[in-house]
Amino acid sequence: MSTIDKTSGLADADFAGDARKQSNLGDAFTDYVGRLRGGEMGSLPALLGLVVLYVVFGLANDKFLGLLNQANLVVQAGSICLLAMGLVFVLLLGEIDLSAGVTGGVCATFTALAIVDHGQPWWVGVLVGVAVGALIGFVMGCLVAYLGIPSFVVTLAFFLGLQGVILKLIGEGGSVPVRDEVLRGLAIKNIPPLMGWIGAIVIVAVFALLSLRQYRVQVARDLSRPPFALVLIKIGALAAVVLVITGLLNQNRSIRPNFVIEGIPWVLPVIVALLVLWTFVLGRTAWGRHLYAVGGNAEAARRAGINVNRMKVTAFMICSSMAALAGVMAASYSGKVSPSSGGGNVLLYAVGAAVIGGTSLFGGRGKAINAVIGGVVIAVIANGLGLLSQASWINFVVTGAVLLLAASVDAISRRRRSAAGI
Amino acid sequence: MSEYPLTGEPEGSAPVTGEPLLELRGVNKSFGVVHVLHDVDFAVYPGQVTALVGDNGAGKSTLVKVIAGIYGRDDGDYLFEGKPVSVNGPRDVGALGVEVVYQDLALCDNLDIVQNMFLGREEKNGLALDEATMEARARDTLGSLSVRTVKSVRQSVASLSGGQRQTVAIAKAVLWNSRIVLLDEPTAALGVAQTRQVLDLVRRLADRGLGVVLISHNMTDVFEVADRITALYLGRVAADVPTREVTHSQVVELITAGRSGSLGIAENPATATV
Repeated sequence: MSTIDKTSGLADADFAGDARKQSNLGDAFTDYVGRLRGGEMGSLPALLGLVVLYVVFGLANDKFLGLLNQANLVVQAGSICLLAMGLVFVLLLGEIDLSAGVTGGVCATFTALAIVDHGQPWWVGVLVGVAVGALIGFVMGCLVAYLGIPSFVVTLAFFLGLQGVILKLIGEGGSVPVRDEVLRGLAIKNIPPLMGWIGAIVIVAVFALLSLRQYRVQVARDLSRPPFALVLIKIGALAAVVLVITGLLNQNRSIRPNFVIEGIPWVLPVIVALLVLWTFVLGRTAWGRHLYAVGGNAEAARRAGINVNRMKVTAFMICSSMAALAGVMAASYSGKVSPSSGGGNVLLYAVGAAVIGGTSLFGGRGKAINAVIGGVVIAVIANGLGLLSQASWINFVVTGAVLLLAASVDAISRRRRSAAGI
Repeated sequence: MSEYPLTGEPEGSAPVTGEPLLELRGVNKSFGVVHVLHDVDFAVYPGQVTALVGDNGAGKSTLVKVIAGIYGRDDGDYLFEGKPVSVNGPRDVGALGVEVVYQDLALCDNLDIVQNMFLGREEKNGLALDEATMEARARDTLGSLSVRTVKSVRQSVASLSGGQRQTVAIAKAVLWNSRIVLLDEPTAALGVAQTRQVLDLVRRLADRGLGVVLISHNMTDVFEVADRITALYLGRVAADVPTREVTHSQVVELITAGRSGSLGIAENPATATV
């Protein structure tokens, strides 16, 4: 508007013009620091914690930084990352799913039984597992959304009940082996190095192209946008991370001279694919936008015409389906499904992973990448403490303390946000 | 008029005569034995701010909800552009281009301004959201209301002041080429400067040709922006008058006693009917 009528002088003084001007790197950095101070921490605490953990464990044990152990770490983190990614959806609503670990166990049992007892191919087994997961999530979601039972109680009941289901399916003291080439190969086989390089380069190239295209659209339509240097820095950072990880994992990490182990474990592309999928769904689709809206202000979402109950049910279904994949991944790592699969501390590890990575327990804030970063932190703690051959009680205490620390960071950030109004 | 340009010359206060955009005639509404609205006539004119005033319990909220389609009518007509329309719910009203901005603004703090303005009605490009179009449209709408947003339309709503949040809520209502906007106590929780902003915005909406209904307790606000005042007293319309023909104290009397001099309800309605 070029004309400003005289009555609106004061209003315009306060709404002091949209800063559509090209911001430079300094402004972007100042902005970022401001957001951090306002409690918008994201994954930064987790990344800093990861650096500290690597330094501490690296100094304490010379095997920790070895390539063999680092590749092992990727496989160990896989199941936690998948489960945590699923939990992000439920946490975004401000709900919780305490049964996710056991749900994974039940689904993996169905998968294993479909393959072993019914001679189905692996993909049918996985589909059966995911379908069972979706069904469990559907029932829990309906109980939470339509009956109004707190999710804490519903999922605690399923946590107990589903352990009984696994016992019934497998039998006391028994276990179902997972020997399928493909499924077992997820954890123990590696991608040929050349394919790994091609995949890595394709990922970097696609990311760079999409980033640049988005920037071009933003410039062409004169929308708010980050400084161009920041776009380049982000592309560079992603390229560095992807290529360094690929390079390291493509080296021979065998400790025996006549036996070669090289390549990226198959777990990693599975995680990356799901990470890309859920990042797209959460960030770029109407469904994802509505999920954030329901988590931020359910009443506002309802008034905007969003079916809040349906959002809840679908979020629980995605969470449980991801739990199914996590359960299959865990079975692939251990080579079997047993009545204790998915029990114990599996769920708390996953909740810890999501929260450590920067997903808020209060709803409305979180991303799929948070779960992956947090999952790596949890896996590093478990792996590092294991290498130090500490008694297992220390593992529990440390992991519990880290979860509490992450929840504290979350709560403090939230208070700072409401104080700063961000 | 079928469409309103986003940027236009302020038309000033339109004359009182002319076709009302929206009109209720003889509307009654009861909840059980409680007769809340008695033969209410209410009209909204394009390009004018109609203030709806009344004491607590006078029926303002009920009338707004009837207009919004949340409550049905027991009897009476609902006319839009002079033609009777059937209104069976909020969706029908939304389709007519009537938007209500409620007192609790119904914004999501964790989303930014653009995301809030398009919530539930996102522009899509295939499966993905069309962020560029949404941002451009949000910016156009805010610009057409002479709102220069604080720093960026990509700012989180939680970081906005009360007046700015109200502005976003109003802009959200205007975004869909609305014909009528109902504002429920838009300045109730605001400071002096922020009230100023919102009142300016209300005036600008009317100058763009929209019919604006302002529900308010604040007589200063009402006299500042309203072209017409409709006063409710115990569920009846005590007066429907142009603002320039009444004084502050007359309106207060209409609100508290239902009559003022020659204006208002003739007899004490508490004894006349019920």
